[in-house]
Amino acid sequence: MRIEGKGRIGTAPVDYVFDGVRRRGRVGDTLASALMADGEMLLGRSFKYHRPRGVVTADSAEPNALVTVGTGARAEPNTRATVQELYPGLEARSQNRWPSLGFDLMGVTDLAAPLLGAGFYYKTFMWPKSFWEKLYEPMIRRAAGLGALFGAHNPDRYEKAYAFCDVLVIGGGPAGLMAALAAGQSGADVILCDEGPRLGGRLLAEDETIDGRDAAVWAQETAEQLRAMDNVRVMTRTTVTGAFDQGTFAALERVAQHLADPGGRPLECFWRIAAKRSVLCAGALERHIAFRDNDRPGVMMAGAMRAYLNHWGVAAGQSVAVFGNNDDAHRTARDMAAAGVHVAALIDARHDAQNLAGNVPFYPGFQVTRAHGRKRLEAITLRAPDGGRESIAVQALGVSGGWNPAVHLTCHMNARPVWRDDIATFVPRDGAVPGMRVAGAARGAFTTMTCLTDGAEAGRAAAQDIGFKGQSPDLPDAEDAPYRLRRLWAVEGKGRAWLDFQNDVTVKDVRQAAAENYASVEHMKRYTTQGMATDQGKNSNVQALAILADATGRDIPETGTTTFRPPYTPVAIAAMGAGAQGHGFAPQRFTTSHSASVKMGAPMVEAGLWYRSSFFPREGERTWRQSCDREVRMVRDAVGICDVSTLGKIDLQGPDVGAFLDFVYANRFSTLRPGRVRYGLMLREDGHVMDDGTTARLSENQWVMTTTTAAAGEVMRHLDWVRQAFCAQMNVRFTSVTEAWAQFAIAGPKARDLLNGMLDAPIDNASFPYMACGEVSVLGAAARLFRISFSGEHAYEIAVPARYGASLFEKLVERAEAMGGGAYGMEALNVLRIEKGHITHAEIHGRTTAFDIGFGRMVSAQKDCIGKAMAARPGLMDPERAQLVGLRPIGAVKQLVAGAHLFAPEAKPVSAADEGYITSACFSPTLGETRALAFLANGRARHGETIKMVDHLRGLTAVCEVTDPVAFDPDGGRLRG
Amino acid sequence: MDRLTAVSPGADLLPVRQGALTLEEVLPGEITSIAPFRGQRKAVTQALLAALGVGFPEANCLTRKGELRCVWMGRDLAFLMGARLTADLGGLAAVTDQSDGWIVLKLSGAGAEDVLARLVPADLRAAAFPEGAAIRTQLGHMNVSVARTGGGLQIMGFRSMARTLVQEIADAMASVAARAGAG
Repeated sequence: MRIEGKGRIGTAPVDYVFDGVRRRGRVGDTLASALMADGEMLLGRSFKYHRPRGVVTADSAEPNALVTVGTGARAEPNTRATVQELYPGLEARSQNRWPSLGFDLMGVTDLAAPLLGAGFYYKTFMWPKSFWEKLYEPMIRRAAGLGALFGAHNPDRYEKAYAFCDVLVIGGGPAGLMAALAAGQSGADVILCDEGPRLGGRLLAEDETIDGRDAAVWAQETAEQLRAMDNVRVMTRTTVTGAFDQGTFAALERVAQHLADPGGRPLECFWRIAAKRSVLCAGALERHIAFRDNDRPGVMMAGAMRAYLNHWGVAAGQSVAVFGNNDDAHRTARDMAAAGVHVAALIDARHDAQNLAGNVPFYPGFQVTRAHGRKRLEAITLRAPDGGRESIAVQALGVSGGWNPAVHLTCHMNARPVWRDDIATFVPRDGAVPGMRVAGAARGAFTTMTCLTDGAEAGRAAAQDIGFKGQSPDLPDAEDAPYRLRRLWAVEGKGRAWLDFQNDVTVKDVRQAAAENYASVEHMKRYTTQGMATDQGKNSNVQALAILADATGRDIPETGTTTFRPPYTPVAIAAMGAGAQGHGFAPQRFTTSHSASVKMGAPMVEAGLWYRSSFFPREGERTWRQSCDREVRMVRDAVGICDVSTLGKIDLQGPDVGAFLDFVYANRFSTLRPGRVRYGLMLREDGHVMDDGTTARLSENQWVMTTTTAAAGEVMRHLDWVRQAFCAQMNVRFTSVTEAWAQFAIAGPKARDLLNGMLDAPIDNASFPYMACGEVSVLGAAARLFRISFSGEHAYEIAVPARYGASLFEKLVERAEAMGGGAYGMEALNVLRIEKGHITHAEIHGRTTAFDIGFGRMVSAQKDCIGKAMAARPGLMDPERAQLVGLRPIGAVKQLVAGAHLFAPEAKPVSAADEGYITSACFSPTLGETRALAFLANGRARHGETIKMVDHLRGLTAVCEVTDPVAFDPDGGRLRG
Repeated sequence: MDRLTAVSPGADLLPVRQGALTLEEVLPGEITSIAPFRGQRKAVTQALLAALGVGFPEANCLTRKGELRCVWMGRDLAFLMGARLTADLGGLAAVTDQSDGWIVLKLSGAGAEDVLARLVPADLRAAAFPEGAAIRTQLGHMNVSVARTGGGLQIMGFRSMARTLVQEIADAMASVAARAGAG
């Protein structure tokens, strides 16, 4: 019901849809206030019992009014109607009901409630054990739940961002406004975050004055004053959700959740704010009083009832009552009556309470024992001090059990709050979060005047702490009535009195937990699920533990609280992971030949972050194997071109490079002459192989190391570590030049012919033998040439500055094609190296040693190196260790597959009989059969033996012959031609 | 005569404009990494000053003279950009050509800091990151160098990641421009 003349929002109409019904609200409404203005009290169904539920709060603590906003893939479940601002065309649906909100079939669970109390699942679904996963859990999940996801990719934009400041002020109520003003006027860089769309906090919800003006007007003027300051950044619609180490805070900004058309704006932004100091002014949350059926739609917090009236101009009903145990509740009755709403009763549980609400029926010493009605409140029953009962017809009831400071952020770094008996609540512990001060209602200073004073002082002190001359702004006059209450957690009586609305936990459940010896607050929480829903028990924690304390005969401080953890309010994973959808997940690295390769139809394979060509299909080739086989033959018979730029390249300079490399590599490098290349093997400290590659000595003082693609970063890090940890006295400098050079393999018997057509000065075998390197000029560009070969053919690698990479690749391929060759990809490269028995990280996978791969003699006996000592451990030299061998099929099954295991021909293929495994396999077009590399126990001594390959995954068995790993050109004659 | 043709790392990707913001490729000519050998830092600075008029930069800084700048890139490492290294640093420092390894971008216009605040976890506000500041940091998942020079923010990333780098900055620019449009 809208009360004309009340409220601080606009009057322009805003059309929206709720559960398929077109409705009209006003600009500035939340979905909750608009529905309440329409008399709609039933907004959702509860999680477990599907009980009808309505709005309880006017803020983000709302446990009941969760709806799905939007449609299709944009739909956002579990949106709090109390936070969702209305916009034209907004579409919202209620949740957890079927077929409709008014008639929910699952409501029958409420009738079965006597069976479904705390611990029900634990007791009932224990047997038979196998039923849990297949039957019980899916069934329970279907029956109990909140909103559902749509199942399609989220098309909305999200954003992540970082911010820095001297003082972060959390909350823009009276305390926060003064804190920001004080810190800002002191000269500090200030960020002020507030959850709502407007600054003012509780001032917007009250009918009171500051300095003789409407408090909301004062708040607006102060907000404008802050916005005009260059060093103050005001962030509205921004909830600080977590406090972390070193002054880091997480915050969620709802950038466009209130807009019909976000345009290019993100929906939400997840902020990480680094602040030197912080001031928490998060205010307080009102708590309920448990009585029978206190969850009926229309029963809400007294402060919320007042907020709807004063801010949105909406009354929760034509006839209302207020029930409380403190003076603050009286303000609701006063404001409602002043607005012309019929206040049927002001019930104060305190016998000695004075009526502060004016001319309303006053019931001191009475308690509400029951709410009546189902889908909305119809009446309440009171119990008089003498035990007499009375019923009053009302449409809404405002309840106040007192206020709990929002201490949550102060607990995020493990501090526990402190009990204050005078206000019957927990307040933050001093120093709970380093650098954080707490001011105002968040630390139990509940009057407006104390909030203003406290905030100003905290803001000033925070600025002064970090070297600013602290300034205190002038303090205005404000309300300073004392906050008096007498604790009342639950009204005794029959029936179910509700504590945690979101997880359907009652007073009885908590007592039952205590009776079954779940007496610790953490056990009670898990046994009853109290506080475990998306609202984290904001409305129920203190009552629940007070009742637990009572049931276990302890006091409240002794009972303690559960742990408040981030986030303070739910944060969408989409916001935390902003930018990481699809390709945003990882950067893409492209070679200079990428565009040309894609144009040639090459499918790409990811190697780390790099994209490399798998193969280059030609007309008439229908499978990758056809292309791959052709490319292998091309290299063996003519010439092939392959982009090898992705291999790591590290430029090393200085007089001690030789000594440094001797220590890093297992084999010796200091003896390498300028103009020559050497293959090297690098061990980890634990003696296993880390990486392999070639290092070229370009000149006396300049060397260039290559690493495998996958280990480029790891090797660079390793070199840094070795230099800093062991070789600090050596004069060595190195830097990555991977990105600076585009490098291509030119492999095949016609490689030199091709090169000589492009080099400005031709080469021959005498001037450029196998394992030579040198500077050359290719088509006018300075280049580096290395005569090295991974394919086993007469081959070169040519490196040009990356700017020429695309151009060189096209010309190389064009010329190679004219000579009967062409580009080859990763598939052919793999086949070529398996034919030659060359290893990759498939073989040096981190668990193999130089001994295992047959390179034991490369570990120089003449010098020390990283990993040498550990590689000499007996276990790593055991002849029974699996050693690198080749395999060829000799039975009916010709297929060999990587990952398959090896067994003796007659052995049962079980792990106890396992003798090894295949690391790489391919069809070799050169040899006309399948070939594999494998590790086999004592394999080097077993060439010629028969072994059985079993792939349990694919159900494949093949009989093989053990061979030397090198299947093609074992003498290497083709390399040197 | 058949010649190789050169392509810049940001070819086809730039410039990008969004409202008041511009992202463009800077072609610094040569980039030379200079890594002084042990105990040679002072000698390197003297040689650089004598030949080019800029010294070896302190950590998190750059030195500059006209278009020439020497940008701190890490421990014992700086990049000389915008001119050929004419000083003879033989025996004083490891000198490596890095001209082709990096894409150099300039982001300018009101809100440039807000754009990078969406990607870079460092404080780049003018007070904390004034003209002449140069840091190594992350942009999304990428290692970059960010410097404030010549009235804009200079971002250097790996050449191979140019496309992702430009896309991510362009995306953040769109976000910032859209928010600015909201008033």
